[in-house]
Amino acid sequence: MHELSIAQSIVALAEAQAHARQASIVEELEIEIGRLAGVEVQTLAFALESAVKNTMLEKARIVRHDIEGEGRCGDCGAVFATETLFTPCPRCGSYAVKLIKGAELRVKSIVIDK
Amino acid sequence: MCNTHDHSHTARTVLTVEQDILQRNNLLAERNRGYFEAKRIQVINLMSSPGSGKTTLLEVTIRRLQDRFPIYVIEGDQQTSIDADRIALLSVPVFQVNTGAGCHLEAGMVNHAVKHLEPSEGSLLFIENVGNLICPALFDLGETHKVVIVNTTEGEDKPLKYPHIFREADVCIINKIDLLPFLAINLQTLRENVLRVNPRLQIFELSATRGDGMGEWCNWLKLKLRT
Repeated sequence: MHELSIAQSIVALAEAQAHARQASIVEELEIEIGRLAGVEVQTLAFALESAVKNTMLEKARIVRHDIEGEGRCGDCGAVFATETLFTPCPRCGSYAVKLIKGAELRVKSIVIDK
Repeated sequence: MCNTHDHSHTARTVLTVEQDILQRNNLLAERNRGYFEAKRIQVINLMSSPGSGKTTLLEVTIRRLQDRFPIYVIEGDQQTSIDADRIALLSVPVFQVNTGAGCHLEAGMVNHAVKHLEPSEGSLLFIENVGNLICPALFDLGETHKVVIVNTTEGEDKPLKYPHIFREADVCIINKIDLLPFLAINLQTLRENVLRVNPRLQIFELSATRGDGMGEWCNWLKLKLRT
């Protein structure tokens, strides 16, 4: 259940930004979660519900963008969509694939109010 | 977005953040890493599911190497100091981290433990992570090497079911090879699955209890400490 740690990190990060601008409330939180980031999004949503309690994010609308996986073959350079961490390159069959999209765990933006 | 215009009656503002959620952990991990590099400390993060023999592997490794290098251990478990007590019997400085409900170690916990242990220059520091094949994969601790341990008793498909941890590691130990005669597992298939997830993984096959393969693993550690 590392999703709870992730949720707490999201709240801490957003609150730090909001505090720095002397905001009193975070109205909206926009996050990007890669489908291959190792985070279960349903669990994360549930963990966030608890993590925002008694914080500036308590009433925040959460906008989540799920980012699809994309790999680049280290041998032939092909770029392709991937749903796992071990899909071989569709062009040459190599497993030396670097994930270039889908591992995101980012707070993209917040909407604050004073 | 329609938030670019400001309503006069409110101070509603859109802030672009663009920050990694794990940034705080990653920054702390880099601080740990800098400290370890400066003191030439090799830090080995051992990760596996519960019961795959991390502590036994540690005990046997320590007995083989403790005359050559100063060795320190950080033990991570949800509860108890059972593992730390086992390591302490070998007269090696050990610090137990209890994560409570937590399922993995984070860089801050290692930072705290290191302040207590004060590992000496040129030493070997083992971190035994919480037994879990999922969560530890996401949290950089500042270690020099991540080692994932998989057992022959766990079957051939663990690397495919839990790919993140195999992806993050740079060494994979296949433990309990002494049990192979009693198991239906195909070692070659397990090896192939490990390399499918991470072709760069260096694999050691060993039995910590019987001693097979321990020489190679310990030689690898010795080599790391010399460089």
